[in-house]
Amino acid sequence: MIKKRLFTQKIWFLCLKIAVLINGAALAVILYFILSRGWRAISWEFLTQAPRDSMTAGGILPCIVGTICLCLVTILVALPIGVASAIYLNEYATQGKLVRVIRLGINNLAGVPSIVFGLFGLAFFCIVLKMGVSVAAGGLTLGIMTLPVIIGASEEALKSVPNTYREASLAMGATKWQTIRRVVLPVAFPGIITGSILGLSRAAGETAPIMYTGAVFFTPDLPTSIFDEVMALPYHIYVLATAGTNIEATRHLQYGTALVLIVLVLGMNLFAIILRSKMRKKLRI
Amino acid sequence: MESNIKMHTENLDFFYGNFQALHHISIEFAQNRVTALIGPSGCGKSTYLRCLNRMNDLIPGIRVNGLAMLGNQNIYDPSIDVVTLRRRVGMVFQKPNPFPKSIFENIAYGLKVNGVKDKAKITEIVEKSLKQAAIWDEVKDRVNESALGLSGGQQQRLCIARALAVDPEVLLMDEPASALDPIATQKIEELINELSSKLTIIIVTHNMQQAARVSDRTAFFYMGKLIEINDTDTLFTKPGLKQTEDYITGRFG
Repeated sequence: MIKKRLFTQKIWFLCLKIAVLINGAALAVILYFILSRGWRAISWEFLTQAPRDSMTAGGILPCIVGTICLCLVTILVALPIGVASAIYLNEYATQGKLVRVIRLGINNLAGVPSIVFGLFGLAFFCIVLKMGVSVAAGGLTLGIMTLPVIIGASEEALKSVPNTYREASLAMGATKWQTIRRVVLPVAFPGIITGSILGLSRAAGETAPIMYTGAVFFTPDLPTSIFDEVMALPYHIYVLATAGTNIEATRHLQYGTALVLIVLVLGMNLFAIILRSKMRKKLRI
Repeated sequence: MESNIKMHTENLDFFYGNFQALHHISIEFAQNRVTALIGPSGCGKSTYLRCLNRMNDLIPGIRVNGLAMLGNQNIYDPSIDVVTLRRRVGMVFQKPNPFPKSIFENIAYGLKVNGVKDKAKITEIVEKSLKQAAIWDEVKDRVNESALGLSGGQQQRLCIARALAVDPEVLLMDEPASALDPIATQKIEELINELSSKLTIIIVTHNMQQAARVSDRTAFFYMGKLIEINDTDTLFTKPGLKQTEDYITGRFG
């Protein structure tokens, strides 16, 4: 009897282990594939020059700068609005029908396909608000797409702050806002920042939302204002792989660009994780 | 004693939605005395305690009838400022709940949110509060270290110091020693005795010996009703009702 139970346990643990291994293997295969084919393309020139010869040679500097600019606008838009929404929903609003409807809306926003965000951005930011194809329009579109992620992460972080902290603060004659500002937010901050950076790294790799709103096929110039159009890493990969003048000849450039994008995204994630553990240590929680 | 009543309630009813948790509770709390609230779990003693600084306001769907007075002010009057009320009626909770900040910042917090800016004054009050809570000698060399590094008993005394820093007139304690070991409990009880010379203290406790040791008066709650209240000595030696006697002798609860 005991033997049978132990055997059942072994089987189930094995299944769990296999699930994790598949997960890890997928990442390993992707990384290996891109690294092995892309590393030869990486050179000082590749990282610091604009594309040349109809994008069959040269570097990807405008794409790197463009993606970073889009990310900056995205986080500047999405972080304040997202965190403010989360504070309102979690700390201020009376939990009732209205809040449930708003939450439902946010969750649905998270499920909207990214191409729809792209079309919305084109119609609203580029055309109605007359921003044209620009860093501003692309960043705003990515920002709206990232909002649900940031709201979700911030709400989780706020929920994980023990209620006893709020009670202790209020019991000393602090106002609700003082309690949020001085006790709740500092404790929730690591979670908010980590969640936001993870959301941003997702946005950095998106193609569909920016292909009509912020990114262009080719421009050798770096942006000088947020109303300039830019090149972007994910869109550049898409262009080289599907619409380039000589798709086969630029394979190494495609893998090289993918490698740069993946390093950028993984770097952001790593930064988020290190930042969180540093801040947690400081709070000793 | 009639003349120096610090706080009292008259026919206080309390509802969570449709559920009536307290029925017509009338108690007077004399200034600089310790009153213990005892009774089995769910009898309403903690709910009652939380009516006295309106911490129950945080729960949606609650309703209060009757009178709750601090001095001659009705604390449920719409014109009353709840923030000021809570500064005057401090609270210590069941589980020690220091903020994840330094020991100094924990105590200084209440002063800062109440608008004290003078650094020298803050430092002075922090030290005074830690001394009052009998924890100064243990922490004076590490006030800038995290409060979460303290033991449970030290954390609870820190929370008492934190409550004292804003100079409350009444201190509510919700089973302040129930999460602590016997030695830490003893320190808290000694502290309550000392503080009672300056403060009106109302303490909820599950521990009848503790009620007998620290309080001047004891109120016995059962099923949301106040069954009996008397001087602690009298209540524990000559309870007026069979129900009280059954509870304090451990026949139920």
